[in-house]
Amino acid sequence: MSLQATTSQTVGPFFSIGLHWLNQNDLAAAGVSGERVTIQGRIRDGDGNGVPDAYLEIWQANAHGKYAHPEDTQKKILEPGFSGYGRVPTDREGMFRFTTIKPGPVPGPGDEDQAPHLLVSVFMRGLLRRLTTRIYFPDDPRNAADYILSLVEPERRATLIARRTSQTGVLEWNVVLHGGDETVFFDLGL
Amino acid sequence: MKLAGYRPLYPGTQPEHLHPPYVSSLKRSPAKPQVRIPFTLSEVTGPSFRPEIVNPKACDLTKQHSGEPLGERIIVSGRVLDENARPVANTIVEIWQANAAGRYRHDVDQHNAPLDPNFTGCGHAITNERGEYRFVTIHPGQYPWRNHYNAWRPAHIHFSLFGPSFATRLVTQMYFPGDPLLPFDPIFNCTADEKARNRLISVFDWETTIPEQALGYRFDLILRGREATPMEE
Repeated sequence: MSLQATTSQTVGPFFSIGLHWLNQNDLAAAGVSGERVTIQGRIRDGDGNGVPDAYLEIWQANAHGKYAHPEDTQKKILEPGFSGYGRVPTDREGMFRFTTIKPGPVPGPGDEDQAPHLLVSVFMRGLLRRLTTRIYFPDDPRNAADYILSLVEPERRATLIARRTSQTGVLEWNVVLHGGDETVFFDLGL
Repeated sequence: MKLAGYRPLYPGTQPEHLHPPYVSSLKRSPAKPQVRIPFTLSEVTGPSFRPEIVNPKACDLTKQHSGEPLGERIIVSGRVLDENARPVANTIVEIWQANAAGRYRHDVDQHNAPLDPNFTGCGHAITNERGEYRFVTIHPGQYPWRNHYNAWRPAHIHFSLFGPSFATRLVTQMYFPGDPLLPFDPIFNCTADEKARNRLISVFDWETTIPEQALGYRFDLILRGREATPMEE
């Protein structure tokens, strides 16, 4: 039997009333292992304006490179205090901020490890279906050999790599929806 | 590691990011092509939630306050299946909607229609082993918006589902049969395939209608299904 996936529709401007109960901007409870990082940035539209009615969802592995999911059958440590899920709304200026740990590497195509990365879904009024992208970490030597990054034109890869800031442990990563320095989004279907 | 990917989406059954009649999509949709990537362990896994976080009372939107909300009580129920017609069990379903007068309990909604002190307009549930969910709520009102001259949204309820992986995440809207605004709504009409968009319209259902109490509407949701054969990665 073959059905067709339900058509996506926008979250619209009022999603916070339905979705705020699962907001999560601090992904790593005390005691979870790994290097703590705060990632902050802004979502901008095609005019460069901040998007105040957007949210991000994060999905990531733990510091050992293990996903809290039954299909991850790697013999790596699961940490009960870490689910790998985040949901982060933007504020009036389109800014967002969340704290997590840097994930370990997970397997990619050909059983080569992927460079540490977070998966991100972007939802907002005006988007009829979500956008998906990734956040990689600055100065990680594994980025150079990452299979997914290698599929992206070299001059656009920087949009996927967070930048260091003057504050220790705080990285900056922005989402540009439309225009010259547009963020790279991935085609996974929905 | 051998991974089964997800089936490609049937052409025309999902909206393009840019849909000019929906004005907000002009400045918020990417101008550059998206980069096609293979499914890796990152995309075929995804968040799961402990069932204990689900408040069993959150599926009845008419019982969240001391009094009864105004409007027509309805039962909205259905199944969550994948494209292979397998039930998607234990997945969270989140909904939000306007009240009977067409007003959301949200600061940004300035529509000149009354708020209802007995209606917040949000709920959640978790599917059972058969993929079923059920909400009790109020028939949402239609409301104006500023997309174009004399623009009105058909009555709708927003749905958000995770499914088993990052790849299956779905946010959509459920509509009601016979709504005269449907042919004019750029959001409902954003999808090229007419049959696909008509599947967003719930079906009036005697079976779930409760005598003397509430009309029933059925709305089944289909999440992406897996490829049959694991690919050698």
